[in-house]
Amino acid sequence: MRIESVNENTCMVYFGDQIGAESAGLVKQASDRLRRDMSDLIIDLVPSYTSILVTWDLEKADRFAITRRVRAAIDADDDGTTGDDSARIVELPVYYDPEVGLDLEDVCEHAGLSRDEVVRIHSEQLYQVYAIGFAPGFAYLGSTDERIAIPRKSTPRLKVPTGSVGIAGTQTAIYPSCTPGGWQIVGRTPQKMVDWDSDSLALVQVGDQVRFRAISRDEFLELGGNLDEL
Amino acid sequence: MSFEVLEPGMLALVQDAGRYGYQHMGVTTGGPMDEFAFFWANRLLNNDLNAPQIEITFGRFSLKANYDACIAITGGDLGARINDRTIEPWRTHQISAGDRLDFTAPMSGLRAYLAVSGGFKPAMKLGSCATVAREGLGGLDGKGAKLAKGDKLEFEKSASFVEAFLPGPEIPDYQQHLRLGIIPGYQYQSFPVVERMKFFSCDYQISQNIDRMGYRLKGDAIYSDLDGIVSEGIAYGAIQVPKDGQPIVLMKDRQTIGGYPKIGCLSALDAGLLAQRGPGSSVSFYLSDVAEAEGRRMLFNQRLKAGAPGIRAT
Repeated sequence: MRIESVNENTCMVYFGDQIGAESAGLVKQASDRLRRDMSDLIIDLVPSYTSILVTWDLEKADRFAITRRVRAAIDADDDGTTGDDSARIVELPVYYDPEVGLDLEDVCEHAGLSRDEVVRIHSEQLYQVYAIGFAPGFAYLGSTDERIAIPRKSTPRLKVPTGSVGIAGTQTAIYPSCTPGGWQIVGRTPQKMVDWDSDSLALVQVGDQVRFRAISRDEFLELGGNLDEL
Repeated sequence: MSFEVLEPGMLALVQDAGRYGYQHMGVTTGGPMDEFAFFWANRLLNNDLNAPQIEITFGRFSLKANYDACIAITGGDLGARINDRTIEPWRTHQISAGDRLDFTAPMSGLRAYLAVSGGFKPAMKLGSCATVAREGLGGLDGKGAKLAKGDKLEFEKSASFVEAFLPGPEIPDYQQHLRLGIIPGYQYQSFPVVERMKFFSCDYQISQNIDRMGYRLKGDAIYSDLDGIVSEGIAYGAIQVPKDGQPIVLMKDRQTIGGYPKIGCLSALDAGLLAQRGPGSSVSFYLSDVAEAEGRRMLFNQRLKAGAPGIRAT
């Protein structure tokens, strides 16, 4: 672990240089502990693949005190919070069909696989939430099976419909709102990913795990899914 | 009690100190582009420092007072007038029912702050009214809209008028050449010495591409040894350098994470000074450190507490 100053009230905590389950586990555990032990000082935490950005209240502590507290919190012997440290699994229903999976046929062609195979490969994997960013609630999930990996679209769409499930390289993600974007869209979830009026706010957090479940058109509509390009 | 927006101008936004505690969900902070001016506006009125204000960019903003109120104006001089009488920034003013307040055009600086005694009372979303259009959060109704003609800015009945002002020598001169301190951090070490020297000796020009997310600069291109980095959290004032070598200073509405190398970071106070400059202005950088940034901020916080002529210390 490496702690580096960024500005007068922000520092970076690095846990390694490699994207993967090991760094992700350390980031998740450290985020939980910083939230638990330093809520009196911390203003914001931004966990990502291999690091956490920590912003604190400068009126309450300087960078030396923060470094000490961060080390103490992260190095603390586990005192019965193992439950909190384990990952939560979120299951997301997805309607995989060219009707909403705007690039599903391109992905099949690129992979040289049938539609059923692509859907099976995408939905049988358990994904790790590595980072959240780009837009509120936009979760970067990894990693997809190499067989369905595909580069981003050469020209991004100006509007990717809400709930779209996309692939870029070996990452996959759900668009929580209608935004521009270049990921290859394979399906759509009827599940609301962010709801600022509910207590949960965002459905998935860094450190969670996600599994996709293929659903029919009927079930998609039953669950409140929208077929429009919104 | 309210003001009614007659003309919204180019960009007038409801802002408080920002939306904190949600960046892990990808929600940016928003908040005032110039913290120095924002906090002083609230301080001059003895408001809570976080009280909602209006950030007016470029001017052409007009409102009508439907009730007597005490206001403070800070930040850029956008040619403010009450009923065609020019009024000075960095002080409190009395405005009466029926009066018209206009911000005409920038004389100096780019963004003005308008505070009212007690603060405006917009909807709160995720604990803040900071307007971030891209995210559909904040503003009068909480959905991220900038101010529009006919909007009513509600406030509570204010106390009696108190004349307060920031002494002249403490008012920033936005016309002066801007030299900003870089706190080396992030990928600073991955920029070869010759690239750092270019960065510190070049006069960069502020491009046309400036908004609340970021300020794109034009000048000597600088290159790091890195193709890209593992995406990581972006602090306010961080300076990222994409492949074309032209630095981008990330401001209040920045994305929360990003994968471009960063040569370092500005202090919040320096980022605020940059936010008062428009396209064509030049800016240069010097190597500073986190201790200087911390010291300056602590002094500013102390200075705010001490107050100013006309207002009591807290």
